[in-house]
Amino acid sequence: MRKDRTGISQDDDRSPPADLRGAESSNKTRNCCGVGSVSGSTGPISMEFQAPCPDQVLENVLENVLQFLSSRRDRNAASLVCKSWWRVEALTRSDLYIGNCYSVSPRRAMSRFSRVQSVSIKGRPRFADFNLMPIDWGAHFTPWVTAMASAYPWLEKVYLKRMSVTDDDLALLAESFPSFKELVIVCCDGFSTSGLAIVASDCRQLKVLDLIESEVTDDDVDWIACFPESGATCLESLIFDCVECSINFDALESLVVRSPSLKKLRLNCNVSIGQLCRLIVRAPQLTHLGTGSYSSPDDAVPGEHASDLQSALSACKSLVCLSGFKEMLPDYLPAIYPVCANLTSLNFSYANIHSDQIISVIFHCHNLQVLWVLDSIRDEGLQAVASTCKDLRELRVFPLDARGDNEGPVSDVGLQAISEGCRKLRSILYFCQHMTNAAVIAMSRNCPDLEVFRLCIIALHSPDHVTGKPMDEAFGYIGKYGKLLRTLSVAFAGDSDMGLKYVLEGCPRLQKLEIRDSPFGDAALHSGLHHYYNMRFLWMSSCRLSPKGCQEIVRALPRLVVEVIKHDVAVCPDDTVDILYMYRSLEGPRDDAPKVVTILQ
Amino acid sequence: MAFDKELNLEATELRLGLPGTKESEKQPTIAIKSNKRALPNFNEESCGSKENSNASHLIQKRDQEIASPAKAQVVGWPPVRSYRKNCLQLKKMEAEAAGMYVKVSMDGAPYLRKIDLKVYKGYPELLKALEEMFKFSAGEYSEREGYNGSEFVPTYEDKDGDWMLVGDVPWDMFLCSCKRLRIMKGSEAKGLGCAV
Repeated sequence: MRKDRTGISQDDDRSPPADLRGAESSNKTRNCCGVGSVSGSTGPISMEFQAPCPDQVLENVLENVLQFLSSRRDRNAASLVCKSWWRVEALTRSDLYIGNCYSVSPRRAMSRFSRVQSVSIKGRPRFADFNLMPIDWGAHFTPWVTAMASAYPWLEKVYLKRMSVTDDDLALLAESFPSFKELVIVCCDGFSTSGLAIVASDCRQLKVLDLIESEVTDDDVDWIACFPESGATCLESLIFDCVECSINFDALESLVVRSPSLKKLRLNCNVSIGQLCRLIVRAPQLTHLGTGSYSSPDDAVPGEHASDLQSALSACKSLVCLSGFKEMLPDYLPAIYPVCANLTSLNFSYANIHSDQIISVIFHCHNLQVLWVLDSIRDEGLQAVASTCKDLRELRVFPLDARGDNEGPVSDVGLQAISEGCRKLRSILYFCQHMTNAAVIAMSRNCPDLEVFRLCIIALHSPDHVTGKPMDEAFGYIGKYGKLLRTLSVAFAGDSDMGLKYVLEGCPRLQKLEIRDSPFGDAALHSGLHHYYNMRFLWMSSCRLSPKGCQEIVRALPRLVVEVIKHDVAVCPDDTVDILYMYRSLEGPRDDAPKVVTILQ
Repeated sequence: MAFDKELNLEATELRLGLPGTKESEKQPTIAIKSNKRALPNFNEESCGSKENSNASHLIQKRDQEIASPAKAQVVGWPPVRSYRKNCLQLKKMEAEAAGMYVKVSMDGAPYLRKIDLKVYKGYPELLKALEEMFKFSAGEYSEREGYNGSEFVPTYEDKDGDWMLVGDVPWDMFLCSCKRLRIMKGSEAKGLGCAV
């Protein structure tokens, strides 16, 4: 195909135009350094000097410049400038991020982006974690790994969230990518320790194996022992706290000894405190540590390992992140005091200890940016956080007692305190029994950087417990002040359609909206028509939607895939919509949906 | 309420328990199907019971206890991943065995305190701890006359919202019903006598 001399290149033309063959430059490797460099096959610098046409110069320069763009949002913007930029950006994109695995097909993604080294794919929406979605809804990794096996032979990294992954997928991955370095699996299921064993033994360049909050079947396979037995490994990160299997400790200790680059280690609760001490001593270079079981039932004297643990921890000068603390024995708590001052991240959300004990730790943690904690921290504990952790970016407060008593340990008081003390907050998840509009408004006002706001008022339909008014006002303020808000979760809230309207009309950056059991109807749904193409997805379950209302969305927005999911195939009152899950997609309706899913067309 | 009668609450009761005990998170319930969630309003019930005589207190309490499992029948609520719930199940039971914190306030004192009632074996220990904490003397307790000869009187709010004298009911019953403690000025406590 001949190049158009007006300067706009053909979309699919990747070979150099005929008149420039003497100075081939468009298929160069990424390390090209400027005009006139050529692909490896013709040798270093061409002796023929034909002045390249201006468009080619531009493309060369572009390629050199764009390869430094790492932010995908910047890249997306650059690709919209013109076709030339679109093409060059596609050639230089090395990190492919698929926020919704059904928004685009593997084939389409891979034909646009041909030089990808790292792929991130997200599948199910978050509410799937709470049994709100049929188990076999979808989000399979198989079609992706199959396509990548041929399209991306140099693939190095895979990040998966809320996908179904099988052992066969892992085997294909291990077999297809000789340069494979990083595997991060978050909130996934479908695979077992057999799959892990294959990855451990066959991915010889493996630096990162992170298994986070995923369901891994225990096949009784000693996968830790499957790592190559001799020589140093490349391992930098090994996270397996969610894998409930017994651990061959000798193999683990030997692995840690052979992994001089190991920085992140998060153990499961089958590693005792005594064993933890031994591991830490072998790896004082750790930056991220997840303790196994933080108690020692075999202690002759409770806490007898405490001083060993404390001195082992003190030797870890680079420790910035601590987690684990399951089955916590308070006697071992002071062991972490020496490292608190350097901590930027602390996950105490499995540590059932009293508020006073948490506070005594918090007071040491001036540099904390991320804190996950149980609501047993109480409002007083949150006040301590607000006064100590001025740099806090992310806070998650989980309920210890999911059923909830009448009076919750954390309330609007804690939320208000956090909003006043932690102005840099970007993300919050907050479980409580009761809330007030005022506190939510304070959060919206005081924390302008807020991007993720998840408030869970466990007592259903609980009104503002100070004014008695419904929590609708809060929506108005989220709409008014939530200009950067990207993610919002709403449940059992609101009195009318107004709440949802405020949000859809007021939050221009909103991408992910999940709503359950709230009285929002078709009118509220339609108020967002101007916005849905900008969103990754909208989830509404047990609201007041009708099939007719959803059908109108399909008519108005043809590029949206609108799934209506039944709670139960048998019970079908057809005038209500149990679950609406809709998302933009280039592919139209998917073909792997189970029976309870109807895709409206 | 009709809602209570329709449901066989025990069969659909959702509760946290050790593995092997009945637990059925995935079971959809009638509560889900209707758009109006017809869950009993617990606040109303506890207000209503104030009017009743003490004799029917026990019945009211039982009704509340039976009704409360209905709260937990909603699928996927609260939104806590099973992984996390399972990890914390055992913790919860340890917590119940380990502590029972209630707020303690004293008229005129600027700060609230919290104490763990389970730590004390009986009233004498509790009173001594309170006296030390707030630097007061409760005086002598007698069933007929309450606390004699003291400026401050320890009282507590029970589950029904009534204020009672500390010591009026048997210790175990006190542990079950005490929501919070308040050390009142003696003059204000005159209205409270032995209630049960």
